[in-house]
Amino acid sequence: MNGSPSIFSPAGVGAGQIASLGWLLTIIAAAIVVIIGGLLIAALLRPRPDRSTDVMRGAEPAVATRWIIIGGLVVPAFILLGAFVATVLTGRAVASPPTPPVATIEVTAHRWWWEIRYRGATADLTVLTANEIHVPVGGAVRIDLSSADVIHSFWVPQLAAKTDLIPGQTNTMWIEARAAGVYRGECAEYCGLQHAQMNFVVVAESPAAFQAWLAHQREPASPPTDSLARLGQAGFAGHQCAVCHAIAGTDNLGRIGPDLTHLASRRMIGAGLLDNTPANLERWVVDAPSLKPGIGMPAEPIPLAGRAAVIAYLETLR
Amino acid sequence: MATVVAETAEADAPVATLDRIWRTPPGLLGTLTSVDHKTIGIRYLVTAFAFLLVGGLEAGAMRAQLTHGDTHWLSPEAYNQFFTMHGVTMLFLYASPVLSGFSNYLWPLMIGARDMAYPRVNALSYWTYLLAGLLIYASVLVGQSPDGGWFAYVPMTGATYSPGLNIDFYTVGLTFLGFSTTVGAVNFIGTFFCMKAPGMSVNRLPVILWGTLSSSIAAVVFVPALTVACVLLYLDRHVHTHFFDAANGGQPMLWQHLFWIFGHPWVYIVVLPAIGIASDIIPTFCRRPLAGYTFVTLSTIATIMLGSGVWVHHMFATGLPQMSTSFFSAASMTISLTSGVSVFAWLATIWHGRPQFRVPFLFMCGFIILFVIGGVNGVMTASVPFDQQLHDSYFVVAHLHYVLVGINVFPVMGAFYYWIPKMTGRMLSERIGRWVFWLMFIGANLTFFPMHITGMLGMPRRVYTYASGLGWDTSNLLITIGAATFAASILLFLFDVVRSRSVGPIAGDNPWDAPTLEWSVSSPPPPYNFAVIPTVRSPYPLWESRLGERPASVLDAGPVLADGRETVGTDALDGEPVAILRMPEDSPWPLLLAIALAWVSLALVFSAWTWSLIGVALTVASIIGWLAPAAMQPARAEPTGSDRRLPMTSDA
Repeated sequence: MNGSPSIFSPAGVGAGQIASLGWLLTIIAAAIVVIIGGLLIAALLRPRPDRSTDVMRGAEPAVATRWIIIGGLVVPAFILLGAFVATVLTGRAVASPPTPPVATIEVTAHRWWWEIRYRGATADLTVLTANEIHVPVGGAVRIDLSSADVIHSFWVPQLAAKTDLIPGQTNTMWIEARAAGVYRGECAEYCGLQHAQMNFVVVAESPAAFQAWLAHQREPASPPTDSLARLGQAGFAGHQCAVCHAIAGTDNLGRIGPDLTHLASRRMIGAGLLDNTPANLERWVVDAPSLKPGIGMPAEPIPLAGRAAVIAYLETLR
Repeated sequence: MATVVAETAEADAPVATLDRIWRTPPGLLGTLTSVDHKTIGIRYLVTAFAFLLVGGLEAGAMRAQLTHGDTHWLSPEAYNQFFTMHGVTMLFLYASPVLSGFSNYLWPLMIGARDMAYPRVNALSYWTYLLAGLLIYASVLVGQSPDGGWFAYVPMTGATYSPGLNIDFYTVGLTFLGFSTTVGAVNFIGTFFCMKAPGMSVNRLPVILWGTLSSSIAAVVFVPALTVACVLLYLDRHVHTHFFDAANGGQPMLWQHLFWIFGHPWVYIVVLPAIGIASDIIPTFCRRPLAGYTFVTLSTIATIMLGSGVWVHHMFATGLPQMSTSFFSAASMTISLTSGVSVFAWLATIWHGRPQFRVPFLFMCGFIILFVIGGVNGVMTASVPFDQQLHDSYFVVAHLHYVLVGINVFPVMGAFYYWIPKMTGRMLSERIGRWVFWLMFIGANLTFFPMHITGMLGMPRRVYTYASGLGWDTSNLLITIGAATFAASILLFLFDVVRSRSVGPIAGDNPWDAPTLEWSVSSPPPPYNFAVIPTVRSPYPLWESRLGERPASVLDAGPVLADGRETVGTDALDGEPVAILRMPEDSPWPLLLAIALAWVSLALVFSAWTWSLIGVALTVASIIGWLAPAAMQPARAEPTGSDRRLPMTSDA
């Protein structure tokens, strides 16, 4: 990721159209503030014959009424009409993608992480991952949004406007990245204690790279080859990890926390909290609640000897 | 007018009698039983300002956390409670009550009456407000303050995800506070339509009456939506109903609709009286009548009517169809026309006037600028696709603070500088006031303008910390500096108020050479307000000689009504006298009823059903005591005066 997730540095088709509308509205707004501010200053400071005298007239100057009607009603009405037309046109343009979607991604929000599913023709071909979404550049991707608990909101400022994830309903949106890159995504609806740490990344890559990624994600985890990692695999199952986490190709089928089949291929851990390095992973595995207070993942005091093995195993999950 | 015999107040005898009749006895009992609108108004102002300080401290804690990225000084629990209590405090316990304070204090003085229509209801409104505020803040004592944001979306605030008492303080506290708002609003509506001085037709009213009337009608109509939402949530949490529970056929969106059907008009409720205040202060310092009085008053009413149909613009990201969002988008844009009319009315008043740059007027100028910014950034968020980007980002925080600080706090500060001399008899310092204004104007813009940028750079609201390096660091540092500047202005103002009590110049009746009736009486006004009930012939009774208005208002002659607490009741539109109203004596029942309601509320927070039933019994007993026949109240002499051509009413 580079710099701000700014709505005015769009890298997606929808965000681009909205940025144009946004510039239009921002310029109009700024112009109105400058004009009215100027009128106020002029009204305050315009030369007057004698500042001290009262201006007590019974009848209202006709010019005042004219100002109120023209300045307060007629001119704003035309400006608002223009803003409304631009709103409706942009709204229609971003309502559906320009071309049929090339993929559908199901996003389920949990407190406080994102479950990502690329549904395949069969269960074997379905990819389950977390907090990292891959999309092909130049193709629209449909996103189905639902929530497992409370209301969240899916927002990738540089790619598309936000849409809420609401229990009991599935909302749909689409994104189409125009340029390859890694874009920051956020939960935008306050969802409780760790709302601030419920982020994700969207990786936009060439269609070929995307297909390669998808094919790789469909593979189960390869069994560890070196002895330390094998020890770690046993440790993973032996500690509480497997209660909540699944690793395809093993007996670990927990569905409470994120799927870890290709954990080591992801860029971040803890829903955008930390870079995915072995050192950070160890901190996270041993004491996640101290890094992200309130989350469901408990502290797991793995003895020092076993710890390196578990991390070594997790690092094999490429 | 033929029905009331004009009777000149002779010498001091009637005045002494009036003073004896209307003065609240000193001592604790008098303090607790007073129904004097001036006392109640000042209590409202002091209490609301205290809540403003508390809400400001909460904001200060949040700004300390957000000054730099990756700060963890406040835990997420603490931060989430701080931002929720900041919103609840400012919106419910400061913004609306402070305006009720001004309206309570000023209305009878502005319309030539001796009290509000329902003085005991007025006392009840204050006591329930105070106790509801204390109840909500009692949550601090158990460390479980509301933490669901001021709009407390379900299902996060349901029993599953918020098992503590936090949300119970919220639902019960706001329902309790709803009593205060509702009875207060009924009192304003009754006063508007029945209590104006003879001859004070509706086109001769100060604009604050129109603003507060519009607000009050909206409160009566829309507060029930919040009450319903809170009651349903309470039932979901404690009786296991499923109104908001999607898994059992409930609908989480129902909360959002109910909340915003109330919540959006609430924003107008807390700004329209302030718009009225501005429309009354600006003419004084432009030395001419308000241009476009009819436009401004009609626009307050149009605002409330349009404002009842825009609530969905808080829900543009919830997946509603484009057809319905477009409708609410158009309605939300249209509402800015009413603001445009008011702004140009003020501009025209200033243009054709002779501006005098006194402190209250400075605040009005600042208000106009912030109002315009808060209006146009509102239009930006009314545009559906752009709002779907801006929604729940810091841009929205910028917008709502420009609206609430710009259109509530700035007029309120101007109003303090303008009317405190009337309340205390002493002027505030012109020199300190200029400092207060400039610190506040710079502080407000330095705080809230960069929030537009932070939001456009993708920073969501309600995050207890954020990562450095996302481009949000500089603007957040500026915001905190701005907030400190703003806080300094508030402290300087408090210093000025305290200082003025001893060394402020004596104000006299009318220090600003202002045109309306409250400036015709002494500062502070006597307990009975007016020695004689005036007869009003123009919107600016004290400027009539200069405006050449004929016939002139009569301020020094009229009904004395010195046979008990009495004032003149007039008809709704024209101010024709229709009755002499007997006003109630001081009474302990408003306080006792408020305590009984607080008892019920506190018991409900803790789900203590038996205790709450005892509270209900106390409530019923208090109501019976309140409504007991007049025979149980101090005997009153039969009317004897010569101004007895109008029918008498029983106690209001």
